[in-house]
Amino acid sequence: MNKLQDIFTAALLNPDLPAPGGLRDGGAQPAGRRFDIYRNNVAVSLTEALRIGFPVITKLIGQQNMDGLAGIFLRAHPPSSPILMQYGARFPDFLAQTPQLAHLGYLPDIARLDLAIRRSYHAGDAPPIVPDILAETPPEVLMAATITLAPAVQLVRSDWPIHDIWRFNTDDTAAKPRPGGQDILITRPDFDPLPQLLPPGGAIWIGGLIDGLTIGAAHDAALAKAPDYDLGTTLALLLAGGALTSLNRQRIGP
Amino acid sequence: MPGAAPPSANPLPAAAGVGYKAQHFAAITDDPGAVSWLEIHAENYMGDGGRPLAQLRHLSERFPISVHGVGLSIGGAGPLDPDHLDRLKHLLGWLKPASFSEHLAWSTHDSTFLNDLLPLPLTDATLMRVCEHIDQVQDFLGRKMLLENPASYLTFDDSTWAEPEFLGEIARRTGCGMLLDVNNVFVSATNLGFSARGYIDAYPVEKVGEIHLGGHGVDMDDLGARVLIDNHGHAVGDPVWSLLDYTLGATGPQPVLIEWDNDVPDWATLQGEAARASAALARVRR
Repeated sequence: MNKLQDIFTAALLNPDLPAPGGLRDGGAQPAGRRFDIYRNNVAVSLTEALRIGFPVITKLIGQQNMDGLAGIFLRAHPPSSPILMQYGARFPDFLAQTPQLAHLGYLPDIARLDLAIRRSYHAGDAPPIVPDILAETPPEVLMAATITLAPAVQLVRSDWPIHDIWRFNTDDTAAKPRPGGQDILITRPDFDPLPQLLPPGGAIWIGGLIDGLTIGAAHDAALAKAPDYDLGTTLALLLAGGALTSLNRQRIGP
Repeated sequence: MPGAAPPSANPLPAAAGVGYKAQHFAAITDDPGAVSWLEIHAENYMGDGGRPLAQLRHLSERFPISVHGVGLSIGGAGPLDPDHLDRLKHLLGWLKPASFSEHLAWSTHDSTFLNDLLPLPLTDATLMRVCEHIDQVQDFLGRKMLLENPASYLTFDDSTWAEPEFLGEIARRTGCGMLLDVNNVFVSATNLGFSARGYIDAYPVEKVGEIHLGGHGVDMDDLGARVLIDNHGHAVGDPVWSLLDYTLGATGPQPVLIEWDNDVPDWATLQGEAARASAALARVRR
């Protein structure tokens, strides 16, 4: 039984291998092309999962190219779990390692953005804090506090203008991408992930918060890289996106 | 029988249901028509949160839900995936569905998930393996499951059992129920050249807890013979509706599901299929 499934699995993923032996069609002839029905089901269904999972990549390179790449990817990296909403985590690296795509250097980061949007969509629900808590907290206490972000929050950093590229491919009125790196914050105000452009330093601040730094320490880290970093703008994005789920004040004194 | 799972306290109604598609969310609650219950694919609701789970929670307050797994690989030669069993238990735990079903098929080998319901030789070794897995599933989940017959395109030289008797023996040994896919019977009968009605005659009809209906596509094999493909991408074919009538004559009224997973039609079309299933159920009640 194990041997048969070994042979089946190899033949399903490699069209150059012959169909397994011992199979018959209805008329007692060798099964021949009837095995290809299973081969086809595997390839078509996984190609579709990748196409649905990477919509911006599909738009950028066209469905025909996407299907071709998916066909190569799914044979090299078939899913390791039946939860297909998680399939394709290795697709960005696969794109980066495909020599024919070397002239489209931004594709891997756009694939990471597609993945991050998908992860945000399926992330756990968490009620946001009431924003008033921030205003009511004295600044020195606030700067010494840490923040817990909603599971739907995702950060994608890039040396490419990924926010411009994403908008250009999802919004007909968007301007053409400008050169330069961009960082994206994804929040999920209700059920739809919302990718937004971060100001310089914003990703360092949020990355610091995710790593457990206090608001003040993360701010210092952001200032070190972006001297005119304005915490308020990024904080407003997080608040509007319902991304703050708790403010953890430090206990002061014994 | 291990697990001695009792029949579900909230079984599916012997009425028409449809496979739930997110694009129909609003229409379903506005105008269910003949649709009395819904079926979901378990694996699509194994995320942590967000819209899919919120919509399912909402629908489950209004409709009995059947959870239909497509990824457990009960016919797998290797052990069942413990992580997947945990995920199933979690979903069934909060959703408390009326029914849980899976397939006589395999889809995972070693750690590779192939995303198709793959065929099994009907041998004593397969019988033992499948029964072990069903015992494990029913024990772990603490409930009875239904097992669905496959759509077949080929046979194995090694097979020593006929499929209806094989399924009957699984039900006898494990206490599981049967999900009888009438379209699969028609597809397999056409592809492999046996009598669909003969299959129903030999099938453990007394174990049936749900019936599936779906559309199939038509292809050609290398000898130019017609091959039917179970693609859930069309309306239910007329010969399958007749076979449903014949089947209901043997099983009595059952929950009957319309599966339409590809090229999904608008709600009115799907509702029309459900109404036709409902009419078939009314005929058998007379």
